[in-house]
Amino acid sequence: MNGSTTSTVPDVIAAEASASVERKLARVPLVLSNRNFSWITERIAGVNEGAAPRWWWVTFSISSLVAAIGLFCLGYQISTGVGVWGLNHPVGWAWDITNFVFWIGIGHAGTLISAILFLLRQKWRTSINRAAEAMTLFAVICAAIFPGVHVGRVWMAWFLAPVPNNYGIWPNFRSPLLWDVFAVSTYFSVSVLFWYTGLIPDLGTLRDRAKGKLQKLLYGIFALGWRGSNRNWRHYEMAYLLLAGLSTPLVLSVHSVVSFDFATSVIPSWHTTIFPPYFVAGAIFGGFAMVLTLLIPARAIYKLHDIITPGHVDKMAKIILLTGTIVSYAYAMEFFIAWYSGNQFERYSFYNRIFGPYWWYWWVGMLFCNFVAPQLFWFKRFRFNIYIVYFVCMCVNAGMWFERFIIIVGGIHRDFLPSSWGMFHATWVDIWTFIGTFGIFMSLFLLFIRWLPMIAMSEVKIVLPEADPHHHATPEGHHPVAAGGMERTQ
Amino acid sequence: MANFFPRWSNWLPLKILVCAGVTVTALTAATWYYATPKYTRVGYEPIQPNPFPHDIHVQQLGMDCRYCHSFVDVAAHSNIPDTQTCMACHSQVQKDNPKLEPVRVSWKTGAPVEWVQIHRTPDFTYYNHAAHVNRGISCHSCHGQVNEMRVVHHDQPHSMAWCLDCHRNPENHLRPNDQVYNLDWKPGDVNPAEFVAKYGQPKDAKEDFSKKQKLTQQEIGQTLKERWNIQPPLNCQGCHR
Repeated sequence: MNGSTTSTVPDVIAAEASASVERKLARVPLVLSNRNFSWITERIAGVNEGAAPRWWWVTFSISSLVAAIGLFCLGYQISTGVGVWGLNHPVGWAWDITNFVFWIGIGHAGTLISAILFLLRQKWRTSINRAAEAMTLFAVICAAIFPGVHVGRVWMAWFLAPVPNNYGIWPNFRSPLLWDVFAVSTYFSVSVLFWYTGLIPDLGTLRDRAKGKLQKLLYGIFALGWRGSNRNWRHYEMAYLLLAGLSTPLVLSVHSVVSFDFATSVIPSWHTTIFPPYFVAGAIFGGFAMVLTLLIPARAIYKLHDIITPGHVDKMAKIILLTGTIVSYAYAMEFFIAWYSGNQFERYSFYNRIFGPYWWYWWVGMLFCNFVAPQLFWFKRFRFNIYIVYFVCMCVNAGMWFERFIIIVGGIHRDFLPSSWGMFHATWVDIWTFIGTFGIFMSLFLLFIRWLPMIAMSEVKIVLPEADPHHHATPEGHHPVAAGGMERTQ
Repeated sequence: MANFFPRWSNWLPLKILVCAGVTVTALTAATWYYATPKYTRVGYEPIQPNPFPHDIHVQQLGMDCRYCHSFVDVAAHSNIPDTQTCMACHSQVQKDNPKLEPVRVSWKTGAPVEWVQIHRTPDFTYYNHAAHVNRGISCHSCHGQVNEMRVVHHDQPHSMAWCLDCHRNPENHLRPNDQVYNLDWKPGDVNPAEFVAKYGQPKDAKEDFSKKQKLTQQEIGQTLKERWNIQPPLNCQGCHR
């Protein structure tokens, strides 16, 4: 079609026309200020190569202290018993499972960015995927702590694994709690593999640039002999594609299985079929908020505005709006079904959610933080206002924790028999264990940005115009619009 | 700085992987074999203060298990006999045998003989001897051929898997009530016609058991299981109360 039109008009006119088309349609480049390969390497690898700045030491000291308090609480809980937590009949699951679902949900943004956006050829993911995947791993580590210790006798936790043993017993494969073990451990291993595979070319860069012998040795070992040859790249890209395919179902399956922990029970407000999509959307919603929570300060500190551009923040805000809308729909549908079911227990549990003793968790957490606040993202100027974005993300972070608390404790603190009703009161161990996991999370993240490239250098370079085989330094080159112009944008 | 990994390091990851694989496999296999009651408990044969020979007492003298272990069919615990039980005979028989010195000392001082316990049921496990021996589980199923033991040893693993093995398939061990203390009993000893007259046969049996030459353990066990309505507990609380 193009050939037939261009052949009928003189070349000069065609060139002028295409130039004007380019000005109108060209999208905002993914990397701003015409940054080149060398600038990207210097800026990102430079973070790992220079001395750690003072703020890093201060933040790391605080976060590792908090992590130590959290580990102390875990030790105290394990040595004394789960009684040091506030949960008791009828609230058998409280902050422990709330925190588990909260953390595991946060991981989902990383997997979505790294797997699904990769398969959908969303090139803007390259600026954020590395940090988001690292966040996934650290969030899953924090998540895994809670179900591990809430069993009480942690030394019996191996009962969850199908290991041949002298007890003649085997895990109950009909239990969703066991599915959880498999879902989460698969998720963690695939995420580690995916993250590490993506790191290999960058580790090669760090190895080649390393000045110290120890750095050279360690980066060299983990770079697995990467040489950047054609064959290396072909294998690397195939491995990355396969892992992306393997991770994609996990984005949907892991939190679906987590939701089965509740949905397969017979507790009113838990026993619902909407839970899997509702939980998955909530996980991505909360996860993107956490990605922005971490990356907005990181890009300000390390001056990465040309790589993590306002356009990136805008796109993530849109995903938060989308998933937040799905979550809000699920909230509404839960109320509708409670009414429509005609079941008095189901109706009561949702009445209790709004007007019961935990009413403000719903009004503040679910209604304001998860529904009202993200509505700001309908407006472009709010999506481009970093303070508004950060405010909404903080709302979502808090709101998603409240949501899980309402679902879990709100579901069980009112038993079928009013004589068995009760309340949950968190103890200092509950509170500090939860805060402690933030310490663990932040410590791991700080170590990550200290020693590993927080942005995938090799992948960002691929989306630069120079990486395009049709690229010409001068705009007068042949077909500047058709190939180069499109390729250097998203 | 130049790359300083030598050529031989190219194969190092593979070598490490192979070594790690071999080590893990060997460790797993060794644990599987050496760290289970099949190895750690079976064959345990401590030196007793007084070498009580079960073979002489049961085989030569024809004593019943219950003469000494007198509460086994009426109590959860199967007792080790007290000195008085020994002296009931040994005040007359073999009364100067030097091997019986610890028993005579105990008789004089009143301090019990300190037998070394061989079969040990953990505190968190409830086990009732009477419930088993009164429903066709022989001493032999758990303690082995004690009637032939000069010195008693641990014959069966007594692991939880081993317990459950029988609780899941009790027909492999059930025998007629009057043969529980006969440690030499074999399924072939049963007269099919008499057995069927006394206990009947399973509902879904394909042939008439009374017409058979011999009955197998499964046929006997299945008959008794249905006759006595045997449903061994398989839930945790059955034994961990």
